[in-house]
Amino acid sequence: ASLFLSPMDPLRQPPSPCSPRPSSPRTPSCEMLGYVGIEAVLDQLKIKAMKMGFEFNIMVVGQSGLGKSTMVNTLFKSKMWKSTLPGLGVPTPKTLQLQSVTHVIEEKGVKLKLTVTDTPGFGDQINNDKCWDPILGYINEQYERYLQEEILITRQRHIPDTRVHCCVYFVPPTGHCSLRPLDIEFLQRLCQTVNVVPVIARADSLTIEEREAFRRRIQHNLRTHCIEVYPQKCFDEDVNDRILNSKIRERIPFAVVGADREHLVNGRCVLGRKTKWGIIEVENMAHCEFPLLRDLLIRTHLQDLKDITHNIHYENYRVFRLNKSHVLPRGPGWVNLAPGPAPSPASPQATPRTMKVCRWTQDNSDDEC
Amino acid sequence: MHELLPAHQRKWRETAGAATAIGAMVSLYAQESRHLCFQRPTPQGSQAQDKEYVGFAALPNQLHRKSVKKGFDFTLMVAGESGLGKSTLINSLFLTNLYEDRQVPEASARLTQTLTIERQGVEIEEGGIKVKLTLVDTPGFGDSVDCSDCWLPVVRFIEEQFEQYLRDESGLNRKNIQDTRVHCCLYFISPFGRGLRPLDVAFLRAVHEKVNIIPVIGKADALMPKETQALKQKIRDQLREEEINIYQFPDCDSDEDEDFKRQDAEMKESIPFAVVGSCEVVRDDGPRPVRGRRYSWGTVEVENPHHCDFLNLRRMLVQTHLQDLKEVTHDLLYEGYRARCLQSLARPGARDRASRSKLSRQSATEIPLPMLPLAETEKLIREKDEELRRMQEMLEKMQAQMQQNHAQGEQSDAL
Repeated sequence: ASLFLSPMDPLRQPPSPCSPRPSSPRTPSCEMLGYVGIEAVLDQLKIKAMKMGFEFNIMVVGQSGLGKSTMVNTLFKSKMWKSTLPGLGVPTPKTLQLQSVTHVIEEKGVKLKLTVTDTPGFGDQINNDKCWDPILGYINEQYERYLQEEILITRQRHIPDTRVHCCVYFVPPTGHCSLRPLDIEFLQRLCQTVNVVPVIARADSLTIEEREAFRRRIQHNLRTHCIEVYPQKCFDEDVNDRILNSKIRERIPFAVVGADREHLVNGRCVLGRKTKWGIIEVENMAHCEFPLLRDLLIRTHLQDLKDITHNIHYENYRVFRLNKSHVLPRGPGWVNLAPGPAPSPASPQATPRTMKVCRWTQDNSDDEC
Repeated sequence: MHELLPAHQRKWRETAGAATAIGAMVSLYAQESRHLCFQRPTPQGSQAQDKEYVGFAALPNQLHRKSVKKGFDFTLMVAGESGLGKSTLINSLFLTNLYEDRQVPEASARLTQTLTIERQGVEIEEGGIKVKLTLVDTPGFGDSVDCSDCWLPVVRFIEEQFEQYLRDESGLNRKNIQDTRVHCCLYFISPFGRGLRPLDVAFLRAVHEKVNIIPVIGKADALMPKETQALKQKIRDQLREEEINIYQFPDCDSDEDEDFKRQDAEMKESIPFAVVGSCEVVRDDGPRPVRGRRYSWGTVEVENPHHCDFLNLRRMLVQTHLQDLKEVTHDLLYEGYRARCLQSLARPGARDRASRSKLSRQSATEIPLPMLPLAETEKLIREKDEELRRMQEMLEKMQAQMQQNHAQGEQSDAL
């Protein structure tokens, strides 16, 4: 049922700043004397959702050549990006640049407006210090955009949602090593702002045993550095959620392989990579864990990703911004925000914590009124 | 050629499918002696042949025996980011377990770690030939967030070895010079990148005039055949663009047989080598157990030329070009270093002949070999030379012009 609750759903309770999740009020259940037809509400929701369509924004981060574009193509079974052979594609840029591409894909009457943001140039330079700043800046800029729309007097019926719902982080398959310092720095910063799903990229260079060992090491590293990746333990609502999510947490990071070419295997046409010693089938659980990633991102947890982004990450950002500007609302019922960060995605953006606070001096307040 | 060697024991670990690796260094003498049409002096020759036969065709044999007694030493450096399969490849190449009890440091330790240079020596014997192999490893390369100048310790290390050799060579007692110069550097390139990364280019630029570089693509089983070709081509193009001199294989002579020439051409075509390393033996239902990596979709065989270039690399590094690598290091790279070094010393005392002879005799043991700023002083000196030359040319031109004017003036006077 939760699949059909869109963010603008009128039934949703406004969340209080303290609680992590909107909790339904406890009402005593009464005995039903006959069939009333309440369950038809689900159909109504479904029809409404199908009319409106869904939005999903995903960001892929990792060094060049780890198969990010191919993975996106494989996930959504469409050519979002042109995946290229080495040497034939565009040369990697000297600085980090963010590129977004939006497509509307449809399946069985359900429309999905998918936005994929790629980050070419991440971690490719000799000095990668602060290479995560443009990414953080972009994410915060989307939050800011949403915030500005939300605090208007006459709001749009449906605020366009460009906030990043999920960030897939590609870890290079080094095998025996632990996470690199660059990975740790990036994950530490990003897990506080957005849902991060780390994956072991190009896992066809690791055997099953090597994958397990690598996975254990990464999990250990994440625990040591207190990095909470999605699904976060503290946001589990009830026992069922916890059981389901624990199973997922055991297998994170997934060892994935992406492919957008089809090959014939035993009479079936499958997506895979053909080498001289065999064909790696992308959707075969014995070969790689791509089905797990796809299920997590699309089939089971897509709405959950959006909910957590809206209810937790966005709310954190909003509270932080309100605290930074004037605390008490001035004027007729809307909040004067301090000027937000300048919207320029190319320049390295500061995180909210380092944003300059605009002090309200006496002169300023006179001008505003 | 194996009939020349008495059958000695092979001392190292027998793993199934291990071809004669270092033991086939014997074959490099086979190549050298090919030109001399070496044949065993047989008693059954025609009378005419015996008359003309002097016997120095047996020289390679003597050389061979001497070297076997002396043994070889070879210093190999491996460089590249961590996780590219460097240690596994070295273990596979020499069938040893050099990295058995290695501790991989945790990420937090690596945050503050700088590049370290580790040297490890191992004695390998095969077929009666002893090789003292020294491996130089560079853990920590390319690991930190900021890798600027992380190649400087490596450059310093290589130059230190040259320095040491120069000192030894210019010294009084030259009997037991230890050759610790780095003869070859295997540089590992990531198969996941789109060619050479900025860090790769910076490192190669810094060391290409100081050591023989053999670029290698590690973990090549991550690539499909088309991707491997495209990546190799891209790397070759980049190396050419950046003007990086990797180790050039000497061309084979025209009198080699076709088979050898074809093999040689094939080997040159496959640079950089796309390699896969493994020390595990996979017992499939094939004819014999092979060394390889077992995946759920198939098994990569390390010694299968269709799967990877491991055989090519091993043949090149150990069987055919080991001696050439050492020679190039000595004749080209070391001499270059020595010339640069001594030139910058000789400059200040160039005018004074007496002091120069003093320099060569007495102060041989106390040459204060200059450190890295060699290149800078060289540049300055060259610039000053250029200036002088230019000024001289200008002077000559002015003189010529004056003479012309003078001559013209005389003519007009005469008229």
